[in-house]
Amino acid sequence: MLPMKIGNGMAALWREVPVCEMAEFRAWLREISETERRRIAAFFAVPDDEQFRLVAVAEDAGGCGFALCSVRVCRVYPALSGEIAALQKFERLIAERDGLVPEGHPYLQPVRRLREDEDGRGFLAERGAAVHDVAVGPVHAGVIEPGHFRFECVGEKVHSLEIALGYQHRGIEAMLAGGPDEKTLHLMETADGSSSIAVATAYARLIEALSGIAVPAETVTLRAIALELERIANHVGDLGALAGDVAFLPTASFCGRIRGEYLNMTAELCGNRFGRNFILPGGTRFGLDAARAGKILDWLRRVKRDLDGALKLFFDSPTVLDRLENTGRVSRETALHLGAVGPAARASGVARDARCDFGWSEYAPYAACECVTEETGDVLARARVRLRELEFSHRFLDAALAEAVRRPIEAVRCDSGIFPAADSIAVSAVEGWRGEHIHVALTDSRGYFEVYRMVDPSLRNWEMLGMALRGEEISNFPICNKSFNLSYCGHDL
Amino acid sequence: MLKALKGRFEQGFRTGKFPDAPPMLSDRFPGRPVLEAARCTGCGACMRTEVCPSGAVAGKDGRPEIDTGKCIFCGACAEICPEKAIGFSQEYRMAAMTRRALVVRPGEPYIPERPTNREFLRFCGRSLKIRQVSAGGCGACELDFNVLGTLAWDMGRFGIQIVASPRHADCILVTGPVSRNMLVALKKTYDAAPRPVWVIASGACAISGGLYAGSPECLGGVEEILKPDLYVPGCPPHPATLLEGMLRLMNRR
Ligand code: SF4
Ligand code: SF4
Repeated sequence: MLPMKIGNGMAALWREVPVCEMAEFRAWLREISETERRRIAAFFAVPDDEQFRLVAVAEDAGGCGFALCSVRVCRVYPALSGEIAALQKFERLIAERDGLVPEGHPYLQPVRRLREDEDGRGFLAERGAAVHDVAVGPVHAGVIEPGHFRFECVGEKVHSLEIALGYQHRGIEAMLAGGPDEKTLHLMETADGSSSIAVATAYARLIEALSGIAVPAETVTLRAIALELERIANHVGDLGALAGDVAFLPTASFCGRIRGEYLNMTAELCGNRFGRNFILPGGTRFGLDAARAGKILDWLRRVKRDLDGALKLFFDSPTVLDRLENTGRVSRETALHLGAVGPAARASGVARDARCDFGWSEYAPYAACECVTEETGDVLARARVRLRELEFSHRFLDAALAEAVRRPIEAVRCDSGIFPAADSIAVSAVEGWRGEHIHVALTDSRGYFEVYRMVDPSLRNWEMLGMALRGEEISNFPICNKSFNLSYCGHDL
Repeated sequence: MLKALKGRFEQGFRTGKFPDAPPMLSDRFPGRPVLEAARCTGCGACMRTEVCPSGAVAGKDGRPEIDTGKCIFCGACAEICPEKAIGFSQEYRMAAMTRRALVVRPGEPYIPERPTNREFLRFCGRSLKIRQVSAGGCGACELDFNVLGTLAWDMGRFGIQIVASPRHADCILVTGPVSRNMLVALKKTYDAAPRPVWVIASGACAISGGLYAGSPECLGGVEEILKPDLYVPGCPPHPATLLEGMLRLMNRR
């Protein structure tokens, strides 16, 4: 069996996706899930006459991009998750969305749908006189998104943590079917409001692949500038929030303000602090003239000095380090096993970063891509990955903005309209600040979306939080949670 | 400790001048839309359903009206208008106390509404304790509400404070279109707050369902179950828009 190869941001005909036997399919997926440089990016069902096709999209880092393969199954089929843990959520989604029954699935819980009666969701109840439940959410103490956490504790120690999400479910994937239309881009931007630029870029690349639109290199650089600003703002916010959770107030309050500066730089670029309405399929809505690039560059350099001071204070403080070290450890094996991505995976020593793995051309002229990893997999490692990634992002922005001062970037748009190819499939990946966003679209005979699947990095990472908490004091939950800072809405869509 | 003090000194005083001075906005910031009656020929281009992603442009007597309670400020209507009759001002003071005041009509001058709710002023004139509930949505409305708590805006100066328990709240601030899955939790939070309790709908989603109006998984905004006392437009609302709205509601500016 030969899976079909397809590059990041490329399209192919749907009928060319090979169909193989279940045994081969299973063996192929198992092999992929056990290799660091490869991983399962997406897994979904497509109705096929009376049956279904299960389609797997695997990433092949350093190779050519993606490998696609599929298998025909009936409504009831033997689950793959028993052997391949990274598939567990995908199979649950397939069961929930398409009504398939993955028989023998070890944990067939709802993903985005709550039962009618609130307590109807069965939890993995522990037995024993010393075990007690702590239930938290969906409404939490702070201003954050809703989710439900169920801790099974023995005394103060967490034995296991179950995470039940779905409260932010708005039905985005269903709304995307039949597109693209006037809403599509904006649904992308609001799939996860903190990653608007990453998601919109992934979508734009996918549409460009399907419609055969080539965007100029400067436009791609401009998108990367926005993407790195988004990454910095969020990393700074996360480090500040971590400082807040360990009661290190100077850095907490400095970072809160500094994060706002980066959001304002994004607003300088496009008018919106979250980069809304900036990335368009086929281009960007605004260009970057020399004066504006110069203004942002000066601003960036000024703020970087404040940021360095605030973070040095934090990472030089022994009380802080003591609190972060050895807290919420996730081993490399576990991270690989779960199919984790992004800074969280990198903190556990799994070198996965779409920016490097797919050899993104936009970074190359300005800064050499480096995949930052740490070994320890604890809260400190997740903090340090962010700290080090900030350096790369600043280096890139510094060089790219300086170049824009010399050679301004024009706004480019595709005014002739967008016509995705019929009966095609396309895949794109963008490394957002939480990890890689994978988009897969399948078009019908008229070029409209028949299936659109967006895989948020959080979808692949939430289980890591559960594992980090095992054996921890329950009071460590807030800092563990902050150290991942996963998305609820991106998961729930 | 000395290092922390040195760091504190280097960071300087960073709270913005707002509300004594207008907030710093990007020149590309899209504020309240402006409809120029003199330019509009009534061609109907902006009113076509495939233009506005959230159905905010409605036709009245052949002329457009923009409902900022639905608008996500994408600028598509302005770009499609051949006469350049639609524009976006730098007016960030968009919050309103009535749903009606959110609608922009051609040629109508704009004056931000004054508070009329005497009961509210009597109870909460000088402070406002807020319990926020995310009910669907994309998380950006929450993020930019949180920003008001940072030292750049420091809303605590005005007695506005985020509280953890609804029992301590004067006010429930809702973001998101109210997803079906959050309906029960939102109602329970509201019921748990002592009376009287006020409601703020922040963001296009919470006001009208925004982009998600019509999805079977959501309601079309808070109004379907609670009556908001303050509507804050934007997707997400700029922190200045939200803060200014709250201050106006409290009659503090
Ligand atoms: S700017 Fe507002 S009214 Fe105009 S098209 Fe966009 S959402 Fe609709
Ligand atoms: S109004 Fe916009 S920013 Fe706010 S939650 Fe809805 S989609 Fe997100």
